[in-house]
Amino acid sequence: MSASVGYNFGFMDEYAKKEIRRTVLKAVAIPGYQVPYSSREMPMGRGFGTGGLQLTLSLIGVGDNLKVIDQGSDDSVNAVNLRSFIEMTCPGIDTTTSVDEANLIQSRHRIPEKPLRDDQVIVMQVPYPDPLVIVEPSEDRRKIQHGEGNYSKLLVKLYEDIVQFDEITISHRYPTCINNHYVLDPSPIPRWDVPKMHQSRALILFGAGREKKIYAVPPYSKAEPLVFDDVPFRIEDFRDEHSVRRPCARCGCTSSFLDEFIDSENGEKVYQCSDSDWCDEQLAQQGEC
Amino acid sequence: MGYVAIKGGGKAIEAAESLLDFQRAEQGADALPLDTDSIEHQLRNLTSRVISEGGLYHPKLAALAIKQCMGDSLEAAFTLRAYRSTRPRLLETAIHNSSGMRVTRRISAAFKDIPGGQMLGATTDYYLRLLRMNLLDESPEQFQKVASNWFKDMPKDAVPETFPKVVDALRAEGLLPPVNRDPKSDAFDITRDPLVFPVPRSAALATMARAEQGGLLTIAYSNMRGYGDVHPTVAELRVGYLPVFLPHPITGEPIEIGEVLMTECEVVAMYESSDEGSKPVFTLGYGACFGHNEVKAISMAILDRALQKGAMDGPQNPSEDAEFVLLHIDGIDSMGFCTHYKMPHYVTFQSDMDRLRTTQSKRQSGDQA
Amino acid sequence: MKKVLEVDGLSKIYGKGCSQCAQLTGPDCDTNICPQCGSVVAAHDLSFDLYEGEILGIIGESGSGKSTAVKTLYFDEEPTAGSATFYDGQTKHDLFELNKAQQRHLANHRFGMVYQNPHLGLNFGISAGGNIAERLLMSGERSYSTIRARATALLTRTEVLPERMDELPKNFSGGMQQRVQIAKALAIEPPLLFLDEVTTGLDLSVQASILDLILEIQQELKTSMVVVTHDLGVIRLLAGRTMVMKYGRIIESGLTDQILEDPQHAYTQRLVASSL
Repeated sequence: MSASVGYNFGFMDEYAKKEIRRTVLKAVAIPGYQVPYSSREMPMGRGFGTGGLQLTLSLIGVGDNLKVIDQGSDDSVNAVNLRSFIEMTCPGIDTTTSVDEANLIQSRHRIPEKPLRDDQVIVMQVPYPDPLVIVEPSEDRRKIQHGEGNYSKLLVKLYEDIVQFDEITISHRYPTCINNHYVLDPSPIPRWDVPKMHQSRALILFGAGREKKIYAVPPYSKAEPLVFDDVPFRIEDFRDEHSVRRPCARCGCTSSFLDEFIDSENGEKVYQCSDSDWCDEQLAQQGEC
Repeated sequence: MGYVAIKGGGKAIEAAESLLDFQRAEQGADALPLDTDSIEHQLRNLTSRVISEGGLYHPKLAALAIKQCMGDSLEAAFTLRAYRSTRPRLLETAIHNSSGMRVTRRISAAFKDIPGGQMLGATTDYYLRLLRMNLLDESPEQFQKVASNWFKDMPKDAVPETFPKVVDALRAEGLLPPVNRDPKSDAFDITRDPLVFPVPRSAALATMARAEQGGLLTIAYSNMRGYGDVHPTVAELRVGYLPVFLPHPITGEPIEIGEVLMTECEVVAMYESSDEGSKPVFTLGYGACFGHNEVKAISMAILDRALQKGAMDGPQNPSEDAEFVLLHIDGIDSMGFCTHYKMPHYVTFQSDMDRLRTTQSKRQSGDQA
Repeated sequence: MKKVLEVDGLSKIYGKGCSQCAQLTGPDCDTNICPQCGSVVAAHDLSFDLYEGEILGIIGESGSGKSTAVKTLYFDEEPTAGSATFYDGQTKHDLFELNKAQQRHLANHRFGMVYQNPHLGLNFGISAGGNIAERLLMSGERSYSTIRARATALLTRTEVLPERMDELPKNFSGGMQQRVQIAKALAIEPPLLFLDEVTTGLDLSVQASILDLILEIQQELKTSMVVVTHDLGVIRLLAGRTMVMKYGRIIESGLTDQILEDPQHAYTQRLVASSL
């Protein structure tokens, strides 16, 4: 593409990238705290991962190996779009679909099934950075509540849920407390992925481009979903009507988050691994034995 | 059976891109592409809008953005704004005094006669909105004659280039408070610092200057209609070219590097009874933006006044709430977020279904019990 | 007796104030607006103590400054001058020297407030039980079943049917809303409770039962209370000691019986006479 001619490595100018790296340092230093930064406009829409993209572009360098996923898949339209933009503006980097090979992973809505290592960084794209926004529209007041660790309004919401539905109805974006103080929005990952943040070996960075916030779960941090002592946090349930765990229709795995869809040929419900790299790896292992 | 429906994204994106480019050219084999000079001049109002919302004064690139986005002002402003992210900020201009503006139009609704006089300029204000059918098949000769005829009848030095400002006169009379300028406080740069509320007035003004015109007008209109209590009078609205100065890299002396087309508006609203016991004075709302865009400048001035009131007395209406106004008027943010809902949300929807099924089955077993 | 609260020289002026404010306002001047600078002297130089398990009544007409006094102590308003000390077991808090976060912490954990307008004290978007839960959650309770049990007990105690616990407060009558507000205020068993015109605007029979409830609670829990009202009946029933306020000043104070039997100030005399 001729349009790329004249663009700086990583698209943004160096000052902008430096500013983002400084913000990352602050975010790591104050786990879970949403650090404001002056988010730049990216050539894709706000909401398409511009926050994550700015983090990736600021952190990536020649020799890094990048994996980009959306909904668990490396080949979904948005992942492809982001990856080709990063490849175009960052000559000299490598890209991969393998979690093992990547040292930088940008993701939307999923954390890979395979546990990450301490030499990896995962960047999550965030639409709504503040978990308090559902109970308090004013950012000014939210900042005070965060500062004082006062999450009672959010807990009341959980209480009201249990009263009404006998169940906490938060499906994704489950508010999670980091190192006993700040509660963060883990981005729209399913509840399935929330426990992966706890004592994660990899640094988890969150970038909200439109809302202009960066926050982090540093390696080996506590990450505890907000719950009551006597009402446990529950991940998605993939058991069928006989309480048997559904397997992935493709690789047979019974321990991964599943996508549900209707087979266009026979109209039946099909379940498959949402994490495509994981699914491929399971299949490959079966081929070996 | 394919792996999942979202596979094959790369090819789809490429195909969508070439289809888009085909649409741009579908007029046919004998059609000519729009040239960007024509866009810049003949679609000058659209160019103004894109420059202003894009936050980058570059008419040529704005025209290019309009061409490539096929006239979608939001997309064009977005493209220009994204280009801006690649450019470093190297220097800052000093504070400019708009009395040095080379004015093409200036009016005041407050006074019949203003120092220097009213100058109607090019405006659609009193223009009958009748379709000019003769433009349907306007010939190049007719078109070119319009401009040459106009210059022919134009006397040299008909009007002065600069005019004194109406608000300066009001200020001299003590009807407006003196300019409160803290020489130490730099103007807030919204491209370098995030908005952390409460924000200084300069941050609010900068945000509004880049705002999407429709969004700004909607909120300002709510204030004018009664969700607010500003009864503004346009003290002065001026359109013209403002010379831009930058410090000389060696001497530091300000040197003119060019000029930008701007619209500026000052509204004066009913006085505040100040509890300081000092003289009551009018209050001022200020609006200014790149390009010729009067609706935007007036809306901004009204909202500036409304936000100042909200900051002082606490917001009583949405238009007086800085968080509400400033976080919802950016066209690039809002259109991007609106668009993103078209992206796949399979995982979160799966998670939603899990919660719904669980609560449904709980409700069901509860009903049976 | 143990002292719970000590207020000394508490003043609140709305407006910029001037050196003449104190002299030119008050009951003798028949105004609380300073003719010099136009500021409103809502409260001037209030000093009083409150002891454990005691109910102190503050009576006065609207504009007398009685509500202002309580609002500054609950941190809803910032005082212009004066100090207030809260004795909490072994600790002593200088209320107006605390920062905002410390003030909110104290208000959430050690104080209770019941407002005349239930919209100020209750969150109308969540259930009655949720309102009580919020205070318990704020103080660190994290067991759902404990919260349910506490809310049931509190609503039963304040004579709200526990079956209605999961309804929104807007479905309740005015008297019922006040009961929920009292239950919410008591949720964390605060040693100090402020009551601001809690029965104003309610039916007489409802008023009586709520006043009974407050009295019972005070006897059960030994909660210290400051009761603000314009109604001598409320004072007569609840308060052991009473302060009479007019134009921002305390014009008379003492044992309630004494004040009712032998009012000293002309204003108090009129007040007592008119209620007979």
